[in-house]
Amino acid sequence: MKAALDARAPFVVILLAGLVALPLYTAASGDQFTLTLFTRIVILAIAATSLNLILGYGGMVSFGHAAYLGIGAYAVGIFAEEGISSGFLQWPFALALSALFALVVGALSLRTRGVYFIMITLAFAQMVYYVAAGLDRYGGDDGLTIYSRSQFAGLINLSDSVQFYYLCLGLLLVSIVFTWRLINSRFGMVLRGSRSNDRRMRAVGFPTFRYRLAAFVISGVWCGLAGALLANHTDFVSPAMMYWTRSGDLIVMVVFGGMGSLFGPLFGAISLLVLEEGLSRITEYWQIILGPLLLLIVLFARGGIDGLLGSIRREPLVRARRVDLPEPDEASHHG
Amino acid sequence: MLLLLEQCLNGLQFGLLLFLLAAGLTLVFGIMDLVNLAHGSLYMMGAYFAASFVAWTGSFFAGALLALGATLLLGIILEIVALRPLYGRDHLDHVLGTFGLILFFNELVRLIWGPAGLSLPLPPALNTAVDVFGIYYPIYRLLIILVSLLVALFLYLVVMKTRVGMLIRAGASNREMVGALGIDIKLLFTLVFGLGAAFAGLAGLMQAPILTVQIGMGENILILAFVVIVIGGIGSIRGAFVAAVFVGLVDTLGRAFLPDLLHLVLSTTAASTLARALSSMLIYLLMAAVLALRPQGLFPVAGR
Amino acid sequence: MADAALLELERVETFYGLSQVLFGISLAIAPGEVVTLMGRNGMGKTTTVRSVLGLTRARAGSIRFCGQEIRALPAYRVAKLGIGLVPEGRQIFPNLTVRENLVATAANRASAAAPWTLDRVFGLFPRLAERSNSMGTQLSGGEQQMLAIGRALMINPRLLILDEATEGLAPLMRAEIWRCLAGLKTAGLSILLIDKNVEALTRVADRHYIIEKGQVVWTGTSPQLEAARDVQHRYLSI
Repeated sequence: MKAALDARAPFVVILLAGLVALPLYTAASGDQFTLTLFTRIVILAIAATSLNLILGYGGMVSFGHAAYLGIGAYAVGIFAEEGISSGFLQWPFALALSALFALVVGALSLRTRGVYFIMITLAFAQMVYYVAAGLDRYGGDDGLTIYSRSQFAGLINLSDSVQFYYLCLGLLLVSIVFTWRLINSRFGMVLRGSRSNDRRMRAVGFPTFRYRLAAFVISGVWCGLAGALLANHTDFVSPAMMYWTRSGDLIVMVVFGGMGSLFGPLFGAISLLVLEEGLSRITEYWQIILGPLLLLIVLFARGGIDGLLGSIRREPLVRARRVDLPEPDEASHHG
Repeated sequence: MLLLLEQCLNGLQFGLLLFLLAAGLTLVFGIMDLVNLAHGSLYMMGAYFAASFVAWTGSFFAGALLALGATLLLGIILEIVALRPLYGRDHLDHVLGTFGLILFFNELVRLIWGPAGLSLPLPPALNTAVDVFGIYYPIYRLLIILVSLLVALFLYLVVMKTRVGMLIRAGASNREMVGALGIDIKLLFTLVFGLGAAFAGLAGLMQAPILTVQIGMGENILILAFVVIVIGGIGSIRGAFVAAVFVGLVDTLGRAFLPDLLHLVLSTTAASTLARALSSMLIYLLMAAVLALRPQGLFPVAGR
Repeated sequence: MADAALLELERVETFYGLSQVLFGISLAIAPGEVVTLMGRNGMGKTTTVRSVLGLTRARAGSIRFCGQEIRALPAYRVAKLGIGLVPEGRQIFPNLTVRENLVATAANRASAAAPWTLDRVFGLFPRLAERSNSMGTQLSGGEQQMLAIGRALMINPRLLILDEATEGLAPLMRAEIWRCLAGLKTAGLSILLIDKNVEALTRVADRHYIIEKGQVVWTGTSPQLEAARDVQHRYLSI
């Protein structure tokens, strides 16, 4: 799959162009709010892209990805609180800690499948949540304010919202290209193969566990990076960043945008956040609309935005459903 | 020693409340293969209904009964309208769809009852304590234990001794065959779901006077309920019972005694921080251990 | 035969997803008849049964039971109309006892005069009576088969469908099953049998259908089948 673009290609190009040009618009119109909103969107898109690697392509439903956002954010926050504001120290530590956590969680969870996997990743994320809430020194439940953003020895000024936005956007594009290369490599082939038929892949000789664990760790690291960016964006970290409903939001972004598609997570992040903004202007109780909307999308538009766009040119795919019937011998004899 | 007894009773009471939630969850997952995150919302609705009905009728028992009925009705409507389309689908679809329902219910509650929590005062008759083996223990908590045990007994009798119970157990191992022999599975599902909803509502309304009635209360306990059914074995009510009591005891005793235990070994600040974090984590560590050693749970259901 | 048919299939087509398995099956069973469906593995026999029961919905054609169109009905409605299934692999409920297996789905919807009851089933299969409190998983293959048949009888069907009811059983057990089926036939029950043992089938059954690649390729009576050695050889690998 060369990440087929067809009907999506022009759409993606326009979208990217718009994202690149955004700061010009906001500078001219003085609309700082939109720049802030889209910075947040881009950061969460990085997180969603990282989740898409293992969820969309690898079929691993991790309900604990918000933990990495928290780990990355707290790494920055704790270092800042202790007086270390150099990004050269903070960020590698954030990434390393995320990798370590992903390694441990992955090693334990990836031996399970299905709903067990979902629950165990959820549980581990909750553990991190409770640890953070228990850190009285670093704000506990109330959270921690960050007074100085990560410093990079003058190379880039994160306090400048435009520079910060372009940094995030640049990192998003890097993460997408990285995902693209990874998915189309042998590694990606094994990953996707083990999603549809793990036993067959192992029979062929691939140690699928190692591949999936590696993907899990890579995903965690990228998400940790998003966390570090998020901490700088909000100048604040709190356990709420890792509450399990945040993990749910990330899954929604991935599915909303279209699982297993390169730009799906970006579509999803934009859609979800813009939708939240829009709905919250209509009514204070916007989640009353979002909730059932989510259910409807699951029922009727399972391929997400990417699926909708793709079906404009291509034939609609037969949606694969998990059919829970005992297999009569006829079925296995028919190709 | 007396403190230990008191904490054991608390742990038992908490565990039994967890059982009420876990039983419904494991039944629904075991029979209908439905992962229902909105189960916690039914728990929340039970509490909110109780707060309102008790205030409206002036009687604790009348209010509680009405709340139970309302939650049962809500559960049935929910199943028919929102959940039936999800059967047979991928678990991820269930997770996402019911996640949407959580958002919906939380906002609905905020819309109707406002963002601040509610309180549900106990009637004076229940607000006393009795002597239990030397300690003064609140009579209401004993009532919770009693009611929960009765419900557990009721569930046991229904599942093991009635025809409906046979169908529920048969459906848990081979849904298709039950249908092929002339039973309307959809009706059975609605019944099972309604039962689960009633139990969740009961748990919610019972804990309302002593714990909380607030938005989002369902999510916290939902995770614990899932941990319980994973430990107990998905689809097994017996497993849910054992695991729930176990988890309740571990959690309560852990929170009560871990700080003191750690203080013996570590300095005060380190002990306090570690204790707080560790006692919250205890349950999850337990689940991780069970999953590592016996992934199908303690009492796996045959045929799955 | 047309107006008195108990079960009638007409040009039934069934798919699994995008792959077609039945290419226009037509067959009929009259009341009181024992009819067989034969053919090698993978030819569509079980799919035909599943289509009749509505477990796998047929996409085209007509399936009529006692004159009523049942193709689009859900499985439980078809069973309620009077079709009892003894499925391939027996599929008894492992977490129920023998007695519970029989009683759980039991019914007498047509208010038959001398219905199948627990006692009557135990009379037919004394072995089950002895083990009435054993869990399903504790039974041998033969006992599970008897249980599956008993379970289907307990819903008092007009038509009993047995899919590979003697597969994997010891010869003695197979003989007992055939004896039992002969007895059921004498009692007036209509039966659709899927099996591979041509010799036993020609003794018990009246008519036969042979399916190959999702289509009926031969039909005839028992004497006709016995005589048609070339047909047996070609389609049944005898």
